[in-house]
Amino acid sequence: MSQQSKINAPKSVSGPVTWLDDRTGLANLANKKFLRKVFPDHWSFMLGEIALWSFVILLLTGVFLTFWFKPSMAEVEYHGSYELLRGLHMSDAYSSTLDISFDVRAGLLMRQVHHWAAILFIAAMMVHMLRILFTGAFRKPREINYVIGSLLLMLGILEGFAGYSLPDDLLSGTGLRIAEGLIRSVPVVGTYTSFFAFGGEFPGDDMIPRLYMLHILLIPGLLIALVTAHLVLLYYHKHTQWPGPGRTNRNVVGEPFLPIYTAKAGGFFFIIFGVTSLMGALLQINPVWKYGPYNPSEVTAGSQPDWYMGIAEGLLRIMPGWETEVFGYTLSWNVLLPGVVAPGVLFTIALLYPFIEQWITGDKREHHLLQRPRNAPSRTAFIVSLMTVYGLLWFAGGNDIIALKFDLDLNWITRFMRVLIFIGPPIAFIITKRICLGLQRADRERALHGFETGIIMRAPSGEYTERHAPLSSTETWKLVSHEQYDRPELEPAVDENGVANPASRRSRLRSKVWAFWYDDDVTNVSREELEEAHSHTDGHHRAEGTEVEGADEPSELEPKH
Amino acid sequence: MSDHEIEVHDGQAGRPMDNPGLEKHHPRPTDVDPQMEKRAERQVATLFGLATLLTLGFCVAYFAVPLDASFLGWQANNLALGLTIGLALLFIGMGLIHWSRTLMNDHDIAEDRHPIASTPAARESSLAALSEGGSDSGIGRRPMIRNSLLGALGVLGLPAIVALRDLGTMPAGRPSRTVWEKGMRVVNDVTGAPIKVSDIEIGQLINAEPDVLVENEEDDPDGEENLEGHDLLNAKGKAAVIVVRIDPAKINARKARQNWGIDGVLCYSKICTHVGCPISLYEQTTHHLLCPCHQSTFDLAKDGEVIFGPAARALPQLPLAVDDEGYLIAQRDFEEPVGPSFWERGGEEDRSA
Ligand code: HEM
Ligand code: FES
Repeated sequence: MSQQSKINAPKSVSGPVTWLDDRTGLANLANKKFLRKVFPDHWSFMLGEIALWSFVILLLTGVFLTFWFKPSMAEVEYHGSYELLRGLHMSDAYSSTLDISFDVRAGLLMRQVHHWAAILFIAAMMVHMLRILFTGAFRKPREINYVIGSLLLMLGILEGFAGYSLPDDLLSGTGLRIAEGLIRSVPVVGTYTSFFAFGGEFPGDDMIPRLYMLHILLIPGLLIALVTAHLVLLYYHKHTQWPGPGRTNRNVVGEPFLPIYTAKAGGFFFIIFGVTSLMGALLQINPVWKYGPYNPSEVTAGSQPDWYMGIAEGLLRIMPGWETEVFGYTLSWNVLLPGVVAPGVLFTIALLYPFIEQWITGDKREHHLLQRPRNAPSRTAFIVSLMTVYGLLWFAGGNDIIALKFDLDLNWITRFMRVLIFIGPPIAFIITKRICLGLQRADRERALHGFETGIIMRAPSGEYTERHAPLSSTETWKLVSHEQYDRPELEPAVDENGVANPASRRSRLRSKVWAFWYDDDVTNVSREELEEAHSHTDGHHRAEGTEVEGADEPSELEPKH
Repeated sequence: MSDHEIEVHDGQAGRPMDNPGLEKHHPRPTDVDPQMEKRAERQVATLFGLATLLTLGFCVAYFAVPLDASFLGWQANNLALGLTIGLALLFIGMGLIHWSRTLMNDHDIAEDRHPIASTPAARESSLAALSEGGSDSGIGRRPMIRNSLLGALGVLGLPAIVALRDLGTMPAGRPSRTVWEKGMRVVNDVTGAPIKVSDIEIGQLINAEPDVLVENEEDDPDGEENLEGHDLLNAKGKAAVIVVRIDPAKINARKARQNWGIDGVLCYSKICTHVGCPISLYEQTTHHLLCPCHQSTFDLAKDGEVIFGPAARALPQLPLAVDDEGYLIAQRDFEEPVGPSFWERGGEEDRSA
């Protein structure tokens, strides 16, 4: 209501706010809770923001491109400014991409910014996802947002593939050719699906208009809807926070949305837009004029797709050439497994991870405090082993380049990769877990015995030790505040009536997995241990702010463990 | 309310020490020193001012720098536009962040969290509303209506699939055939010239295609119609071939194919049997052909068999002959489908033949 407000907001603000609220009642929503919502701060929380802002940049630059791009495979003769291709026959799509690059001012800039932003978009989403996984931010109540995020990543990759297939140059056509080969490998419906997708035989003249529709309407529409849902849920759940002094599972400590977060996030948008623009100015990307128009009988040697397609490439490359005949029908394992099944499996594991872990831990409580990766050693190790699979495949996707650069035998690299893809991940798991456990042990030491001062002391017995100084309570809290789980109890093998209990088998299995997951974790210090350690040091030297007293009294030496 | 809230554990229970509580706020130089504050204010305004100038610079460059000019190898227009707008955006962003870091109130705020789930009362009341709605409609009591509605809605999925039928034509065996046919000339795919055995030296490889695919060929001897546009590309995608000449002593072809080459001149499909890339890398000494896409390697002296890599099938071979004028022609189309495998591609041909 247009009452006199007690807050002395300037008229320029209160006027429009009152006008709008009289008509919408928005102040009910946009009250202090909304506008001054608290956002915790940490560098790793910016990764999602990078993804968000690069998406916005893609929308802006993409709209610009649509004004000139012609999504048509009709054959035209090129008459534009790029002399080397003049007079050649090519598709309208390719010719209009050349026009955007050479005859539209700022066109090349927009194309390059669009492409760089696409690369950044997907990289940022992926690193953001790793942050979520490594810190346990996907745990209840954020599982739905995790699933939305994974879908965003998958759609982003499809969108990117559709995008760089649009210019219809030799590289993008080769990508489509490979995609068509993958579709064909699907049993029973593959050939039909390919004919329906391409409007007949490859390449046909329908694919670019169809991809265009996917690229500028359908997938961006889905992306916008999912991004919105992602952010609404984020706002609603409130951001997770790192454990620290004063931070609990029941509060959130940080800076208010208005003005600090708005200024920082808004500023960040401009910085990313600025950086991608500078990249568009200085770093050439996808110079389609060098590749020439698509021609199904030509290929550029050593050509590489955008980075996020690397693992698909690697999968295809290391697969042995297996194929079987069933009743006269052909099953191309060599394409089906790496091209269709494996990406599906990898993606499903990533998509369902929160639920898998929840099953192992049996933890159904809400979590708003993040975990340091070392404090979830098995999870961290598991994610690293997934990353190892990814990295190896990505490497395998460039096996020809590696062979050339390091003068190695291509076939041996491939054979080596075939083995490594199976033994690499377990090794990565073991190593990572060891590192985590080592760090946990070091944390424990530090919490109990303080930090190493670098001062070497000599005991009366002649023994040398390093002086340790106790930590501040804030620092100790960071080292000891993590939670550890109790092993879930086994269901009895028979129920009260003496009937075999089917839940017992499952609970036994779960208990085994639980033990694998948690048994090695270094036990957190107990209250008694901590008190005992502190009473040992307290009376003598408190390091907090004050000088370390009696540094020359050997009797105060702490034993070094 | 209270017992409901206990569900969200505080994350402190059972910890070895008590949460030490929020640290106190450390004032920044700009909080205590008015001179620093003024300086930060000037810095922020300067960044915004520079951004304005650069943005205007973008507009000037748009008109002033011609598209065909170059600057140290860069396209000058692109460089000028990108640098001006890029730096302008960067400065706006830096200004905003500098402002928030140095001058905006930076006291941390602690806000309480509440359980995400609604209160039991709210939950119950919405469940009640749902079941009231349900019982008002009588959907539980009238299974006939419910089931027939579910049926009607379920069937609606069919038109959504059926109506997509015209997305494409049926394969109708097309993946198994190419435009090659008996007597069709093998021509160089760059010049369009027909090829004589004597034109090819041992160790040489020529990219070739059927002469119907040569664009703008005026004097086609057979008077055949040339393909254009996407018909041309579709045909090319299957009919592209390579012609090689290998020392006949080194050729190790199976019996049935002994008369498919002429004096060591052999012709293979150029389309990789893995997922369809055109193959291009030939190694003379080993007569191996390497696909640039995923490195399948084929031995051209041995019926195009796979030596290494993910491909499962040998490269299809085109049986060659020569016409009256001595030019290479096809004996007939390939005997098996070219390119990547597919479900209904047909059984394995008899390798022992
Ligand atoms: C998530 C978002 C997006 C991604 C990952 C993405 C990615 C790409 C990529 C990699 C290209 C190839 C550019 C090149 O090097 O030539 C491209 C082209 C294109 N994109 Fe996008 N894009 C996105 C969103 C959009 C949107 C929202 C639009 C329009 C509304 C758009 C319009 C276009 C057009 C017209 C082209 C073809 C022009 C050309 O290639 O020069 N894109 N996109
Ligand atoms: S397409 Fe030739 S190896 Fe994959």
